[in-house]
Amino acid sequence: MTIWKDYQLAYSLVEAVEAYDQAEKPVCFVSGGTDLLLEIQQGSHPAMKTLIDLNHINEMRELKVMGEQIFIGAAVPVSQITNSALIKEHAMAVAEATGLIGGPQVRNSATLGGNVAHALPAADGMISLVAMDAIAITYSHSGYSKKKILDLFKGPGVSALGNDEILVGFEFQIKKPGEGSAFDRVMRPQGVALPILNHAVWLRKKDDVVEDVRISFGPSGPVPTRALLVEEVFRGNKLSDETISRAKATILKTVKFRTSKMRATSEYRYHLAQALLEKVVKIAWNRAGETE
Amino acid sequence: MKEMNIKITVNEKEYLLPIIEGEMLSDLLRERLRLTGTKIGCNESECGACTVVIDGEPVLSCSYPAVKAHDKKVTTIEGLAKNVGENGNSYTVLHPLQDAFIEYGAVQCGFCIPGQIMTSYALLEKTPNPEVKDIKYALKDTLCRCAGYPSIIGAIQAASASIESGKPVISPVIQTSSVGKRMVGQVSRRPDAIAKVTGKAIYSDDIQFEGMLHARVKRAMISAGILTELDVSEALALPGVQAVLTAKDVPNAKTHGLFIKDWPVLVGIGDPIRYVGDALAIVAADTREIASEAMELIKFKYEPLTVVSSAVQAHLPETRKIHESGNLLKHIKVQKGTVSEGFDDADVILEHTYHTNPNDHAFIEPECSIARLTDEGKLEIYVGSQIPYSDREQVAAVLGLPENQVRIIGQLIGGGFGGKEDIAGQIHAAILTMKTKKPVKLLFDRQESLIVHPKRHATQINIKVGAKNDGQLVAVQTELHGDTGAYASLGEKVMTRATTHSSGPYEVPNVNIDCYAMYTNNPPAGAFRGFGVMQSAFAVESMMDTLAEALQLDPIELRRKNALRVGSMTNTGQLLRDSVGLLECIEKVENALHEKAGPNPFVPVQDPDDPTIVRAWGFAVAYKNTGLGGGAPDKAGAEIELLPDGRFEVRSASAELGQGLPTVLQLIASEELGQGTEQVQVLLSDTDLTPDGGPTTASRQTYVTGNAVKYASKAMRDLLTSELTERYDVSPEKIEFKEGLAQIDRQEVQLSSISENLRKDGIIPKVSYTYWAPETKPLGQGGDMHVAFSFAAQAALVEVNTITGEVKVPEVIVANDVGFAINPLGLKGQVEGGIIMGIGHALVEDFILEEGRVITDRLAKYRVPSIYYTPEITSFIVEHPTADGPYGAKGIGEICLIPTIPAITNAIYNAIGVRVDKLPVDQEKLVTEIQNQKQ
Ligand SMILES: Cc1cc2nc3c(=O)[nH]c(=O)nc-3n(C[C@H](O)[C@H](O)[C@H](O)COP(=O)(O)OP(=O)(O)OC[C@H]3O[C@@H](n4cnc5c(N)ncnc54)[C@H](O)[C@@H]3O)c2cc1C
Ligand code: FES
Ligand code: FES
Repeated sequence: MTIWKDYQLAYSLVEAVEAYDQAEKPVCFVSGGTDLLLEIQQGSHPAMKTLIDLNHINEMRELKVMGEQIFIGAAVPVSQITNSALIKEHAMAVAEATGLIGGPQVRNSATLGGNVAHALPAADGMISLVAMDAIAITYSHSGYSKKKILDLFKGPGVSALGNDEILVGFEFQIKKPGEGSAFDRVMRPQGVALPILNHAVWLRKKDDVVEDVRISFGPSGPVPTRALLVEEVFRGNKLSDETISRAKATILKTVKFRTSKMRATSEYRYHLAQALLEKVVKIAWNRAGETE
Repeated sequence: MKEMNIKITVNEKEYLLPIIEGEMLSDLLRERLRLTGTKIGCNESECGACTVVIDGEPVLSCSYPAVKAHDKKVTTIEGLAKNVGENGNSYTVLHPLQDAFIEYGAVQCGFCIPGQIMTSYALLEKTPNPEVKDIKYALKDTLCRCAGYPSIIGAIQAASASIESGKPVISPVIQTSSVGKRMVGQVSRRPDAIAKVTGKAIYSDDIQFEGMLHARVKRAMISAGILTELDVSEALALPGVQAVLTAKDVPNAKTHGLFIKDWPVLVGIGDPIRYVGDALAIVAADTREIASEAMELIKFKYEPLTVVSSAVQAHLPETRKIHESGNLLKHIKVQKGTVSEGFDDADVILEHTYHTNPNDHAFIEPECSIARLTDEGKLEIYVGSQIPYSDREQVAAVLGLPENQVRIIGQLIGGGFGGKEDIAGQIHAAILTMKTKKPVKLLFDRQESLIVHPKRHATQINIKVGAKNDGQLVAVQTELHGDTGAYASLGEKVMTRATTHSSGPYEVPNVNIDCYAMYTNNPPAGAFRGFGVMQSAFAVESMMDTLAEALQLDPIELRRKNALRVGSMTNTGQLLRDSVGLLECIEKVENALHEKAGPNPFVPVQDPDDPTIVRAWGFAVAYKNTGLGGGAPDKAGAEIELLPDGRFEVRSASAELGQGLPTVLQLIASEELGQGTEQVQVLLSDTDLTPDGGPTTASRQTYVTGNAVKYASKAMRDLLTSELTERYDVSPEKIEFKEGLAQIDRQEVQLSSISENLRKDGIIPKVSYTYWAPETKPLGQGGDMHVAFSFAAQAALVEVNTITGEVKVPEVIVANDVGFAINPLGLKGQVEGGIIMGIGHALVEDFILEEGRVITDRLAKYRVPSIYYTPEITSFIVEHPTADGPYGAKGIGEICLIPTIPAITNAIYNAIGVRVDKLPVDQEKLVTEIQNQKQ
């Protein structure tokens, strides 16, 4: 069994979709291959006849400001994202999350597109994009379309992308005065390499009040979600001890964490979620304060 | 666009190569360009050994499709050193990183080194002056199991300074022996270092032969059952398959094993499957892909049997018997005095049960064997093996060949730690070669390595101690259960060591120990650095801290009071006559500890900036035997020849796993023969060319083979002296040996001409010597069970995050009594590596089994410490010479790991009041306990 028979480098979206149509099946897209190739090699993903490599498509390799939006190409290696001054300025959560994916060598291949398309409920880059309320730009034989990040997922490991639909990139709002974001996670040194819990926060502060906030936790449920009721606790309120403890109580009531064998019990996850929330919200708040 | 060819620039040379389906860049480099410096440690993006630099960025070539490198520039380890000068007069100039890695002793087994250097190279290109944190960030996923991380960090910084200044790399200050001689006890570069930093070093998988076939093994992957049907027909029919063999094809002996031969070469129909790694069939095919495909096509049926999954379960009378002989491999007993009387006498009695988990050696180089027949019909096996002569014996027995028809040609070993003592693929490759008459390579992938080879014994250790109010130990009673898995391997020996060391390095008048080494349906357990002593030290040293607390004594004081010293009697009845440096180790660490941490290092301190972080120190001591002991004849042979070019060659079949044996032997021979190290070369591990050095285990090689070389050197001197005395008619006192020559009276004669003259007269200037270590007594007979013991004390600082339970070890202080530090650079590597492996065992490594199935079957799941875990290390060398050791030296390879684990768990207790009694530390459990305390 070879992992692929034909590995094609696509140089444009049109070419990629065309190649997809004409390819000997089964076929799929590949970016960094850090997930896909390993899964095929280890037998958890069927072998492919054709792989279409998206790394050479220029518009997917861009990282730029477009008016009020930041655009991150889906095929930009995450090492570039984490080191990008632009991303550090506008979306620290994304810079922090991408900086934690794998090790330095993996980050030179891994992409945000692959991280999101893989649709794992605790993918670090993806969780940070949820807090940034990112919009995904996709391309398929029917052309470009835009989707909310949370609409991209169907279940664990199953994305809502069409077969020949390519994630081109992600957009989110540039950072305005008073806004800030942060990401953190807790790992377990042994056993299984996945994080026990990761967490991203974006917020806008106005004087001493949290005017708006977006919060995500992973893994929580089969598809990524926002902790909407926890957000509600903060919205319009001061970031006081009292607010934080109400937010923590709301995590216990409204966010779902389950026990994963050999990794973490749900109790531990609830415990960590509360601690992480307090830590990460405060970091985001302080960052927001720097530009208020 | 569909590319027709790959255009690729490798090390500034352009290639145009046809595309191969499914080819990764590492395959292209290794197989097609024969650039084998790029190593494959895991093939799953975890280890970094395969790192190459593509357009300035470090990338994992094992999972980088070769086609993707089209139009790109690749730099591999082979591209770093530059050739300068004219043809014929050209020489190689190493890159400063390569120089620095050698100078700092960062090169041990060397397997990870190309990846380390390439990752560092990419770092320095971007960040010419990296701080330690930058280095840790950049090298986070480039694993070194020899764990020379402190040396790697030092080397990168030195290389950076050298590049900036344009001057050569500045050598580090290495602590040397306090009683060093001209050669021994001095810093010396490894003889194989240059090959290892340039990618030229050849490990088994780097070897190719014309027409070589590739083998795969069909493993049971179930932990217990009776094999009822086996169908290999589809596999046989697959084009490209050359042979599929099953149990009935095993020519002679059906089982193998190091002492107890209970491990089936292949499981036959009607025979029991005892663990997931049991081999059912072996395939040889034209390519590895075909062999793998054929392996998948082999079908079998079995009747399931209940799985015996722990030693304690195996010991219950109602449990199913795994072997005909029963589940008890060995009941091991130690008795001294009368424990009941001791306990009657005690003011305080404490008892607790501890558990240790299995561990995998996780050497970065997976097992690889290549078998082939020479034109004369002799069977050769190329393998990185810890015991070449034992491989030969076992291969010959299975094939029914006389031993002299089998030659084991030992290759460089990319880490062993005890995990390359048992047979892995040697026999299977050999059988396939005998059948096909072709060379056969059998390379384990990482998953196979994790599933198949013997692990560290999981143990349950119940320990009861009795002491007087002043801390004097009066009785220790221990019961151990060791899980030796499906086959014996070295289980009996390992658990014997666990048993005899389970009352600690203390003089205790009354000791009673019972140990049960049990068969289970888990992967076999065998040798692993620390050899059982790691497990019992965890129990004893945890108990000592508990005792200190109960008696309100200082834990260091308690240990000092009971410590073994010269004149002590061990629990097996051995009178220690010399070389017991434990008290000095304790004192050294204690002083340094108080200097760093003030008078109360064991009291928790909250971080002033972050109250969730609490720090405290912990302390532990250990001892570990050197040599086989227990009555086993412990001998090693060595041979020395004065070559025609005037250099000496030292030969021994002992194995180099990265620990630095060639340097040790080179230093000893140079010392004795009046030479510099350039005048002495070392040849290891070839059963046709080198005399049996015995197993490389039990921290014995420096002692046993070191002595053999020392005495062989003396014999060589005597031989040359007597020849010269006659030839030049001078008295022996007038003959002296110096660098490359002999001084005879006032005349200087080149060693090369002496060698030639002797050869002309039909005399080969060659001597051999077999060194027998002093006789030891079997357990139970009293007297000297071991020739020597090494001792150590350690203090570890931990930092516990009381919210998440995460634990860090930022600092370690250590003192090791090694007798005499023959090879200080190698010693440094062993100490660093031991401590970091200890941190790994305490915090990171957990080999998880479920009903005998291996859950942690990938490096992504069986984690080993990365450079992030590197603590600041303060190391003291203590040298209490042992009478019969070479220059007083004794073992170091294992002792350095043992106290780290309890020092860490004791520190955790001191920090947060939670006693870890099960390894590894579980951060979630710490949090739960902290919360329980609050309630
Ligand atoms: C050692 C190691 C450590 C890791 N650690 C982490 C970690 O800490 N955190 C974490 O979140 N992840 C981690 N990962 C997972 C992985 O590296 C990331 O998820 C990575 O971002 C995937 O990107 P990729 O480009 O390599 O995806 P690929 O493997 O190329 O693709 C993954 C999937 O997405 C599809 N796909 C890829 N790109 C597109 C696209 N543009 N449009 C549509 N479909 C696409 C592919 O068809 C495939 O199904 C780790 C992986 C490894 C090997
Ligand atoms: S071999 Fe490529 S990362 Fe281990
Ligand atoms: S030298 Fe790094 S693994 Fe051995």
